[in-house]
Amino acid sequence: MSATAERSGLTVNGVPYEVVMGIECHVELKTQSKMFCGCRNLFGAEPNTNVCPVCLGLPGALPVPNRRAIELVVKAGLAFGAEIPAFSKFDRKNYFYPDMPKDYQISQYDMPLTMGGVVRFWRADGTQGSCRLTRIHLEEDTGKSSHAGSRDGRIAGSTYSLVDFNRAGVPLMECVSEPDIRNAPDAVAYLEMLKRTFVALGVSDVKMEEGSLRCDVNLSLRPVGQIEYGTKTEIKNMNSFNSVGRAIESEIARQRGLLESGVRVVQETRGWDEAAGTTHAMRSKEQAHDYRYFPDPDLAPIEFGGADLERLLDELDGLPYASLERLIEVDKLRVEQAHQIVDTPGLFAYYTSAAGISGRPQAVVNFLLGDLSRLANETGTPVGASGVTPQALGELVSLSEAGTINSKTAKELLSRMWVQGGSPQAIVAAEGLGQVSDASAVDAIVAEVLAANQATVAEYRAGKTKVLGFLVGQVMKASRGKANPTLAEERLRARLDASS
Amino acid sequence: MTIDLGAIEIARRVNAGEVSALELAREAHGRIAERDGAIGAFLAETEQLARRHAERVDGAVRAGQHLPLAGVPLAVKDNMCLEGTPTTCGSKILAGWIAPYTATAVERLLAAGAIPVGKTNLDEFAMGSSCENSALGRTANPWDLSRVPGGSSGGSVAAVAAGEAAIALGSDTGGSIREPAAFCNVVGFKPTYGRVSRYGLIAFASSLDQIGPIATSVEDAALVYDLMAGKDPLDATSVELPAEPTVTALREDLAGVRVGIVREFGLDKLEPDVRDVYQAAYADLERLGAELVEVSLPSADYGVATYYLIAPAECSSNLARFDGMRYGLRVEAPDVTGTYEATRAAGFGDEVKRRILIGTYALSSGYYDAYYVRAQKARTLIAADFARAFSACDVIACPAAATPAFEFNAKADPVSMYLMDYYTIPMSLAGLPSLSVPCGFVTPAGSDRPLPLGLELSASLFAERSLLGIAHAYERGTRHAASRRIPAIARAGAAS
Repeated sequence: MSATAERSGLTVNGVPYEVVMGIECHVELKTQSKMFCGCRNLFGAEPNTNVCPVCLGLPGALPVPNRRAIELVVKAGLAFGAEIPAFSKFDRKNYFYPDMPKDYQISQYDMPLTMGGVVRFWRADGTQGSCRLTRIHLEEDTGKSSHAGSRDGRIAGSTYSLVDFNRAGVPLMECVSEPDIRNAPDAVAYLEMLKRTFVALGVSDVKMEEGSLRCDVNLSLRPVGQIEYGTKTEIKNMNSFNSVGRAIESEIARQRGLLESGVRVVQETRGWDEAAGTTHAMRSKEQAHDYRYFPDPDLAPIEFGGADLERLLDELDGLPYASLERLIEVDKLRVEQAHQIVDTPGLFAYYTSAAGISGRPQAVVNFLLGDLSRLANETGTPVGASGVTPQALGELVSLSEAGTINSKTAKELLSRMWVQGGSPQAIVAAEGLGQVSDASAVDAIVAEVLAANQATVAEYRAGKTKVLGFLVGQVMKASRGKANPTLAEERLRARLDASS
Repeated sequence: MTIDLGAIEIARRVNAGEVSALELAREAHGRIAERDGAIGAFLAETEQLARRHAERVDGAVRAGQHLPLAGVPLAVKDNMCLEGTPTTCGSKILAGWIAPYTATAVERLLAAGAIPVGKTNLDEFAMGSSCENSALGRTANPWDLSRVPGGSSGGSVAAVAAGEAAIALGSDTGGSIREPAAFCNVVGFKPTYGRVSRYGLIAFASSLDQIGPIATSVEDAALVYDLMAGKDPLDATSVELPAEPTVTALREDLAGVRVGIVREFGLDKLEPDVRDVYQAAYADLERLGAELVEVSLPSADYGVATYYLIAPAECSSNLARFDGMRYGLRVEAPDVTGTYEATRAAGFGDEVKRRILIGTYALSSGYYDAYYVRAQKARTLIAADFARAFSACDVIACPAAATPAFEFNAKADPVSMYLMDYYTIPMSLAGLPSLSVPCGFVTPAGSDRPLPLGLELSASLFAERSLLGIAHAYERGTRHAASRRIPAIARAGAAS
């Protein structure tokens, strides 16, 4: 089912339906130390090496909150215009699980660090979408279980389990959305907007493959116009944005199939199977856990405001949203290009500088995402660290747009400057690389080329006009690439047609 | 023996080179060997550790260092971590667990030169008022071996009362230091909540638990408190306030002191002989210069009910981690849930299970507002009562317990045991500093053994200096504490 069909044409037995989705994201924060102890917050260490009495939940150990983690969550909320309550607190969520050292998780129940806010994003077609945030709260991650002895690594059929507590106590931010999302592309655009914002703020690495972003999608269908929600399922275990999109499409199709055949959707958690491309039932949510939340008596309420808030607001400069808004709404770039610029570290600043010098945003982007990105990939050097300064690119664009150099020369210049640096204006002046746009000079070369290619001229005149391209090429060659190709073609055609 | 001279005098002698810390350690272990068979205060002796610390202290003293607790034998309640020692909480569920780190409060006393002589018995996870809930041993009251020492810090209190240690650490959640101190004629002091770090104290009820000193004099208790108190970066609930030394603020009289007598705690509820002792104690306060003023704590009567919702609620969560997965007892079953159930069924005693059940119920969806939230509101009212009362007085005086120590198995009904903490729980709920100081004896009919009683003195939040000063003046002016050298154990035949 395509995105357009979901937006406009989803039907169940002919009745128009719509998809309702809310997304919960768990994001591991990029802090030096864990949430409630001094252990290092590091992915990929030897199992159970970054542990201490606190994150192992040993008897008598006590949590001390990581101030930086609290600030990062507040920053994340501020980035989306969330309200920061003056008062917040930690609660205990009680349930037994072997990878949870205390058999309760320190989380936040009714007084999260941030409330509300809106995530605005752009769709590929240039229109804007949005999704409201319910809240962002802070909690501690659990350890990581692995199950041995079963064929697929799942707990079913395993003979024993191992737990790595390196992850236990890592600060984890849970970002809960309102049920505002209506289709898979919007879900992905929403997640990408979260990701680029969190990365830009230094809140998290947001690496789904390392588990530093995990998201659950709550999805239900309902007839268009109905206010009550349909029965929802929760989809888990997606390990890339691409699989989020696929899982959503698959679950929409499954629920639609059930509804069409009159089968009730069961409220349950469903796991996404990447290989099979389908979701499968994990556990029924009908028997909801009673987590017995209560305020954690080991932790004082968190007060946040005043100078602390001012300082964090000052750290919000250069949010991706503002950059994208300029690229898309002011500079009129394509959404995909704008995302590419904002999502590549350093590229937006580079772009604004080069575009400012040349006054030609689209031309700057063409070089930036074309030749320069290719060079960056080939050499492994980011554009910003290459010999091509934004000033140089700006000049190059100006030279190119003014017709002083042609595109071939521009390409060559970029490759040279990538390594050597320098100003394109200076190089063009010193080496006479300027494009020949003087009609009489071009005419002279045209005359030479026609004289040297009598046979081709005859073919042209016999009606085989497509040989013109060959002749243009000869003019370019004779001018060592400096002739203005448009002018060359125009003068060639004039001579050939006039004499026939 | 030197161990009977109190912490301050022991430290003076060790610092002066008159006696070594190693000799004090030997004295303590000699006493334990001689007396603890009858008393049962200790779950574990730490002779080797004591020797190591004693040698370190002696070395430091020889090097010219002055240590405020040099060579003072210290007993530690077995719900506090001491690196390398078994730490059991008096429970089977922690069998075999060796603490890999040391509690901050213990660490600070060791740094001051104290010698850790052993870990003491307690009601399982500090839940009880007689020490009878220990799964690991029975502790007797040194004043009458047929009676309980009180609880839950019964082992620590009995060790000090029997001269097996000069000082001890207890923990007090609803009276667990003060009630046994009263039963055994020693000084037991619970500081303001947040004054002493809880890091390394195995939690029973986190919002109430507080470590405090047990000693033979107010002065010793004040010194130990001074050395432990103060912010600990490892305990987010420890307070930033500077802890001003109390031991230098002790006073000799009570001139100008207003002592609040709680109208709702009228002595007419007590047995006549007990009432006489408290009336005499109030009269002593006046004789020493204090002015007695009546104050009212209208909500205090709800203290026990409030406490038995909040403390179990917190304990139901705090004790979840004892699940057989990572340490302590594990009783295997075919699956994880079965292992949890079998382990906890075998590992916890009845009282612990009872409180986990009550607490789980009070926090459950649908009951939370009716129980946990209402209990928190009652707690706020009780704290407000005290705040009002302290605008009219400097300290509140009342009995630490309604009776002297009772006989083993006398309180089979849990609620009758809960009511033992009637006079101590309100102060715990309000987080106040509160202590029990010896105030006289009663001799039960048909017995020839006098049993001690304790006067509970409580002050407003963080008013430790004032509280300990007043308690010291009372102690000096009455000398009931001096009677400690006639415990039953000494007369029971041991030659000391």
